[in-house]
Amino acid sequence: MQRNILTLLILGVLIVAAALLAQFMGIRLYERIATTMFVSMILVLGLQVFMGNSGILSFAHIGFMGVGAYTSAVLSIPDRMKGMALPDLYPILETVQLSPYLSILAGGLVAALVAAALSYPLMRLSDAAAVITSFALLVVLHTVLTHWSAMTNGPRTLFGIPEATSLWLACGVALAALVGAIAFKESRAGQLLRASRDDEVAAAAIGIDITRLRWVGFILAALFAGIGGALWGHFVTSFSPRAFYLKETFLILSMLVIGGANTVTGAVIGTLIVTFAYEALRSLEATINEAGIMADQVIGLTEIVLALAMIAVLSLRPGGLFPAREIGTLLTLKRRKGGRS
Amino acid sequence: MDFAVQFIINVLSLGGAYALMALGLVLVYGILKLVNFAYGELIMVAGYTLHLVGGSPLPWLVMAAVAVVMAMVAGLATDYVAFRPVRAKSVTAVLITSFAFSTLLQNAALLFISPRPRSVPLPEIFSQSVMIAGTPTPMRDIITIAAAVLLLGLFAFLMQKTVLGIAMRAAATNFTMARMLGVPANLIISSAFAISGLLAGVVGILWIGRIGTVAPAIGLEPLLIAFIACVIGGMRSLQGAVLGGFLLAFIDTTLNYTLSQDLLKFRDAFTFSLVILILLWRPDGLMKGPATGQRT
Repeated sequence: MQRNILTLLILGVLIVAAALLAQFMGIRLYERIATTMFVSMILVLGLQVFMGNSGILSFAHIGFMGVGAYTSAVLSIPDRMKGMALPDLYPILETVQLSPYLSILAGGLVAALVAAALSYPLMRLSDAAAVITSFALLVVLHTVLTHWSAMTNGPRTLFGIPEATSLWLACGVALAALVGAIAFKESRAGQLLRASRDDEVAAAAIGIDITRLRWVGFILAALFAGIGGALWGHFVTSFSPRAFYLKETFLILSMLVIGGANTVTGAVIGTLIVTFAYEALRSLEATINEAGIMADQVIGLTEIVLALAMIAVLSLRPGGLFPAREIGTLLTLKRRKGGRS
Repeated sequence: MDFAVQFIINVLSLGGAYALMALGLVLVYGILKLVNFAYGELIMVAGYTLHLVGGSPLPWLVMAAVAVVMAMVAGLATDYVAFRPVRAKSVTAVLITSFAFSTLLQNAALLFISPRPRSVPLPEIFSQSVMIAGTPTPMRDIITIAAAVLLLGLFAFLMQKTVLGIAMRAAATNFTMARMLGVPANLIISSAFAISGLLAGVVGILWIGRIGTVAPAIGLEPLLIAFIACVIGGMRSLQGAVLGGFLLAFIDTTLNYTLSQDLLKFRDAFTFSLVILILLWRPDGLMKGPATGQRT
């Protein structure tokens, strides 16, 4: 218990410190980067809730981010904008206009509901079949978002979403996500789920209902993803379905994997490191493009470096930087060892 | 009658291509129990090789052969970069490294070639059509069917009659046992990747022959098709992959003919939901493969 509180404190302080740093640098760009980072962190923590505890890789996560973002957008776009932004919207929804804060919550809930309805049968699968079907689920969600013109304006950009996400709102939700991820990990459900991750047969033999527990984890992960997506929508105020596909999946996965999928510490640290590397590489790309060293535009360099980093980390430390123990546990263990000797 | 002929030719040519794609994926999965997410990029490599050698005065068949060889080289590279360093460690790790390798290849194409689609040289015959039972049929469909029959036959011969094929099947059934009986593990795995690259290369040329251009993201659709065909047919069975390929082609073609324009946009969603339903009914796919499928 004590070490969980220590983990929570250390990671919480790191998150608040990042927000304060971005605020007091006084540069608008840094504030934007930090806000995006907190949104990513909510998503990565959500993915950790499912992947870290169940041991199953899920590609569908970003799809639920899309569901949350669109739900919140549809519910909160002001009346007078709706005719322009969503010309084919169903009449019932035309007059609905929630406050963005309520609609962000609604986005998370709808994503969780969609996950609950779709995923129960998928949770019976393990290993490669589970991964492939989660990939299929991402494609299904993406196809629906791209073509359901009435609700999403089709493949075109949806605009007119009220701006609501500030640096501190994103920071606060990230803190809440941190608490949620640790609480789930230490709850009875989380511990049983991790038992099934380590040995599926033994866990089933002592009577753990693996399918149901995975389902619970998956729904919780989708809730995080939906809220993260909705926050992001109210931050950028216009987006298209392309924002919720493989490129983002790759980014979120690289954050979780480089940090270590099995620990909440890994999720937080991974997000911090990858965001920093990503932004540094992006600005390098921009500098090269401005200087005009290459004949063509340089694109894709960031992804290449990140991919190499991912392969390198996994070859050297397959569990990521924090493979098994949370930072709080690591520190208490060290202190105890020091005390004894 | 016309309609029936057209329908059958569509299913067979699409199914042939799908079956070859699925076979290349299952071959590696059968032995290693690991999914190769970079499989689609082998098709991309074949396409870009064809584009790059396009300006040369070589005959087209030689260019196609070069493209297939490059796809095989890329297959071997996948083994060395994404699989070998992490193979023994964890399933999730390999899934992610192969996903990373796929992103690497795609972005390399973006960076070094172009984000825009590039044309590939195709022989005249790909755009001609012939009359079969009174229905105009594009030659490329016939070529695809012929190539699929030829390759599936060759592949069956390789797996049933040659030492390499028997060793690969033994490794797919029980890897540890096969190693103890003197089957060289790394050689078998590398050959599986090379054959997988060969299948991807051939299928890539046929696939790009339908579109005429190659772009960095071209591998995604074949990858998804191969995934779905494998899952339907059974991840551990080579026959299952072929069956799954043809079944998926049948479903796709039927949906193409029966869905209205409005719903056709959602075709992928329908197909993938069907897959989820099939898995509900049979979580192992339609055909069960050999042995337990434990990772070793």
